[in-house]
Amino acid sequence: MTVPVRLFGHRLTLPALIGLIIILVNVAAAVGAPVIAPFDQADIVGDAYADPDPQHVLGLDNLGRDLFSRLVYGARMSIGLALIITCLSFGLGVTAGFAAAVLRGWADVLLSRLVDLLLSMPTLIFAFVVLSVLGTALPVLVVTIAVLDAPKVFRLSRALAMNIGALEYVEVARLRGEGLWWVIRHEILPNAAAPLLAEFGLRFSFAFLFIAALSFLGIGVQPPAADWGSMVRDYRDMINLDAMAPLYPAGAIAILTIGVSFVVDWMLAIHARGQGEGA
Amino acid sequence: MLRLIGQRLGLGLLTLVAASVLIFAGTEVLPGDLASAILQNTATPESLAELRQELGLNRPAAVRYFDWASHAVVGEFGRSLASHREVVVEIAPRLRNTLFLASYAAIVAVPLAVGLGLMAAIWQGGVYDRAVNFATLLTISVPEYLVGYILIKYFSVRLGWFPSLANVTPDTPLLSRIWLTFLPMLTLVLVVIAHMMRMTRASVLQIMSSPYIEMAFLKGLPKWRVVIRHAFPNAVAPIISVVALDLAYLIVGVVVVEVVFVYPGLGQLMVDAVSKHDVPVVQACGLIFAAAFILLNMAADVLAILSNPRLRHPR
Repeated sequence: MTVPVRLFGHRLTLPALIGLIIILVNVAAAVGAPVIAPFDQADIVGDAYADPDPQHVLGLDNLGRDLFSRLVYGARMSIGLALIITCLSFGLGVTAGFAAAVLRGWADVLLSRLVDLLLSMPTLIFAFVVLSVLGTALPVLVVTIAVLDAPKVFRLSRALAMNIGALEYVEVARLRGEGLWWVIRHEILPNAAAPLLAEFGLRFSFAFLFIAALSFLGIGVQPPAADWGSMVRDYRDMINLDAMAPLYPAGAIAILTIGVSFVVDWMLAIHARGQGEGA
Repeated sequence: MLRLIGQRLGLGLLTLVAASVLIFAGTEVLPGDLASAILQNTATPESLAELRQELGLNRPAAVRYFDWASHAVVGEFGRSLASHREVVVEIAPRLRNTLFLASYAAIVAVPLAVGLGLMAAIWQGGVYDRAVNFATLLTISVPEYLVGYILIKYFSVRLGWFPSLANVTPDTPLLSRIWLTFLPMLTLVLVVIAHMMRMTRASVLQIMSSPYIEMAFLKGLPKWRVVIRHAFPNAVAPIISVVALDLAYLIVGVVVVEVVFVYPGLGQLMVDAVSKHDVPVVQACGLIFAAAFILLNMAADVLAILSNPRLRHPR
């Protein structure tokens, strides 16, 4: 099931192409929200609960705001937040993971045990505990989720660095007298890039679903700011009027996650194949 | 074997203690303590100091942890900051409701997932098998609230078969309880079933490539018989582990589902407590959820040992 389109020198599969298109559309909506959205997200443009018409393709919400515009602006919040969280958790996890693999000894033991401990508890529950004291300001949410997610990145990057670190060329570099940071940057990182990129996609999905779940539960993004999760929460009573309103943002969350996992599957398949051929 | 199981149990207990430290530390070591969380914007230096005194926050954290943990062991979690009632009184009926919903979902999901997974293994590579793979990918990506609201929209609002709110009280009879919580149960089942099913299929298929299975085929046995009589018993151990892990996931899923269906469970209580900064309730709920999660993980290990004859009768 391949299509004649290439990316990074590999043929795309049909699901990967679909996933890529989904991601591009969403990113475009997030970046170009003010241009794409016909109305501002906070503007009241008509009667509450109005049905769709040519100007308001998805109809109006419980306060008379344009649903489509809010959905487009919601993409900005949801995707932007998830990206920041993923970058942060990657920075933390990869640095700690590589350091543990290269340093070995007590630093490795200490970090690994701490990570085991954090992973022995459901992430959502621990996030609740922390947020109950710290409140739900955006920076708090970002740092909390990133720190709770970093252990998973740590595990993967430590395992990768351990495998690569045992190879001859790394030994050569160390015997040459290169420093720790140089070895990580020039020998380990380039060789760990492909699986780390796939992991980035997975962690993005996780952060994206996690922040949406918190917002849905009312302890994530707070009004007047709105991401897709908090939109589901705002519109949940409209379901009893047989309206589609809460299903749009919830569906948008699902579609983007599916798109990302299609692309991640494709990247993992390439990586597995490349290793199998010894390339 | 007993030593092995004992080790796992000990490890589980240790993890639980560590988790309790983590839950306590999560609310203590961070900037902004309990007193400032309660008072929020109305805090003055005097009122903060007074409240800290009243809550005993002036004592060292280690002392307060042992105080909290030793009371938690006998089920005393102090009083709720919001309702001023005993935390245990708040939690007990909620916990019962959550356990009911989770076991209801587990009882439906486990046999269904294992059965469907076996069918996927028998018809490996067929249309049914591919449909299962695709469905798994979908349900892993789809959040619980989307499934929940779709079910509400069609089965409750359009068809009117089930209520959209799972409004149970302590004296709701069992039969109407089952009916009231049918949609929440179905949501949870739909969210976990695909993964369980795919893992069942993978475990069976892995066994299917061993020589003794080929022997069974060469004897002329039909495929369903080979799968059910020869492959499945040896795939039970990995399947049990996966089922236990998926049930541990159910614990988290239950929080969201309870909010969707406004079901009076522990998850709903915890979410409310988080937004009210009601730390004693949050800590108690967190400890219960963490304990259930750790217990299920431990059960997965122990059952895997018990179902593996090589570990059961070590030489």
